[in-house]
Amino acid sequence: MWTGDYSFVLQNLVLKDFKIRYRNMSLGVFWSLLNPLIMMSVLTFIFTRIFPSKQPAFPVFVLCGLIPFNFFTLAWASGTNCLVENATLVKRVAIPRVIVPISSVLSQCTHLLIQIAALLAFTVGFGFGVNRYWALLPVVWFFEIVFVLGLVMGCAALDVYVRDMRYVVDSANVVLFWLVPIFYSFEIIPERYHFIYQYNPVAALVLALRKILMEAATPPFSLMWKLALSSLLVFAAGWYIFRRLERRFFEHL
Amino acid sequence: MTASTTNRIVFEKVSKAYSLGGGRKLLRGHVGDWLKPRQSFFALRDVSLQVRDGESVALIGPNGAGKSTLLNLTTRLCYPDQGSVTVKGRVSAVLELGGGFHSDLTGEENLRLAASLQGLTRKRAGELRDVIVEFSGIGDFIREPIRTYSSGMVLRLAFSVAVHADPEILLIDEVIAVGDQAFQSRCFERMQELRRSGKTMLCVSHSPDLLAKMCDRAVWLDHGQVIADGKISEVVDAYQGKTITRG
Repeated sequence: MWTGDYSFVLQNLVLKDFKIRYRNMSLGVFWSLLNPLIMMSVLTFIFTRIFPSKQPAFPVFVLCGLIPFNFFTLAWASGTNCLVENATLVKRVAIPRVIVPISSVLSQCTHLLIQIAALLAFTVGFGFGVNRYWALLPVVWFFEIVFVLGLVMGCAALDVYVRDMRYVVDSANVVLFWLVPIFYSFEIIPERYHFIYQYNPVAALVLALRKILMEAATPPFSLMWKLALSSLLVFAAGWYIFRRLERRFFEHL
Repeated sequence: MTASTTNRIVFEKVSKAYSLGGGRKLLRGHVGDWLKPRQSFFALRDVSLQVRDGESVALIGPNGAGKSTLLNLTTRLCYPDQGSVTVKGRVSAVLELGGGFHSDLTGEENLRLAASLQGLTRKRAGELRDVIVEFSGIGDFIREPIRTYSSGMVLRLAFSVAVHADPEILLIDEVIAVGDQAFQSRCFERMQELRRSGKTMLCVSHSPDLLAKMCDRAVWLDHGQVIADGKISEVVDAYQGKTITRG
């Protein structure tokens, strides 16, 4: 039995990822911001100049979609590979294996924090101001992270057995770019498709962020409980798959 | 105290098999396996073994005899197909040095990471930091990325962390011969110290002289089965006798 200090190991693994990524780059943490800001500029250009959208404050609107989506795709894709990438750790060190996917997601969360700071700066910069519903932000982000953790645990475990998994994830991410309301609003979606968005935690988070940041309103209760329900279900499923499969990781890595 | 009579490690009729022709990790391979199961190879077959608290046991045998599998089962890196493995107490394993190391991190950062992986708490790792650096003999290089280290220095650092992790059971696989003469004798001293303080040890090595100094009992494995189990001198003699007559 490994009886070490979980938080100490997680801290060291997350720090390791962070340091490795930034130590050899002159722009450092700025890289975390560059990708969503470039996407924001391109999408803003297209939807204000080429297909003009009626949406006011388009940069903030699109950033509310891009930041959750960006975090989700990066965390999911890199998390799916985490066990295979850290094969030496999994095969040689007797830590509880679940630490590996958790640290992979937490590493992405460090970039997420920087990006959330940018999102809030843009929101305030466009004159939306701080409102008391901001207190709900940690709650909605928490469910997003729980959702990603579940997905990553399940997919990382499956990836050990079937290495095709990563390609499935890459393709799913391309599809999701269109199925998450990043550059269009929930209102234009026909009613019969609403459920796809409400039960998809990434889309639900985007909708909740826009309500809170741009409309200074609380997200509808129906949206919140669906977000919570689907996140927790995915987490439970991911945990179950991971526990079932981890006994034979050693043989398959 | 009854501690000296309790078993730390118990293997009961343990078998462990690996399927042959591994490496096909795409979907096609899995469908193929399911339709026509592959042959398997027994790394351990029906092995029963007890290691008591405070005992220091050497595992000897040719390559592929099942020694490493036995250590892996003890650390719970993998699980037996049949039989049961019971382990009581904290295990620290020196299986492959530098397993979790990253070349872009400094010696110091790798030290903390390795210490946490070995199960040390934040506080204990802080307390032991200087002792470990001193023991490793890395000196000021501890602040440099380990990609600038020689391979001997990396091994010295990894080994230094492992032997300071205060385990109740220490598993050592083929890594005692690390570093230069001075470091080797320091390692040997440290192992003796751990042994005197009543730690349980399980060592794998191909150097009978070293094992004879480190262990009181030896288990000889071949083709996944226990050939002999007893006093180190007798088992080592029998093993060497056999190797010689064979060659």
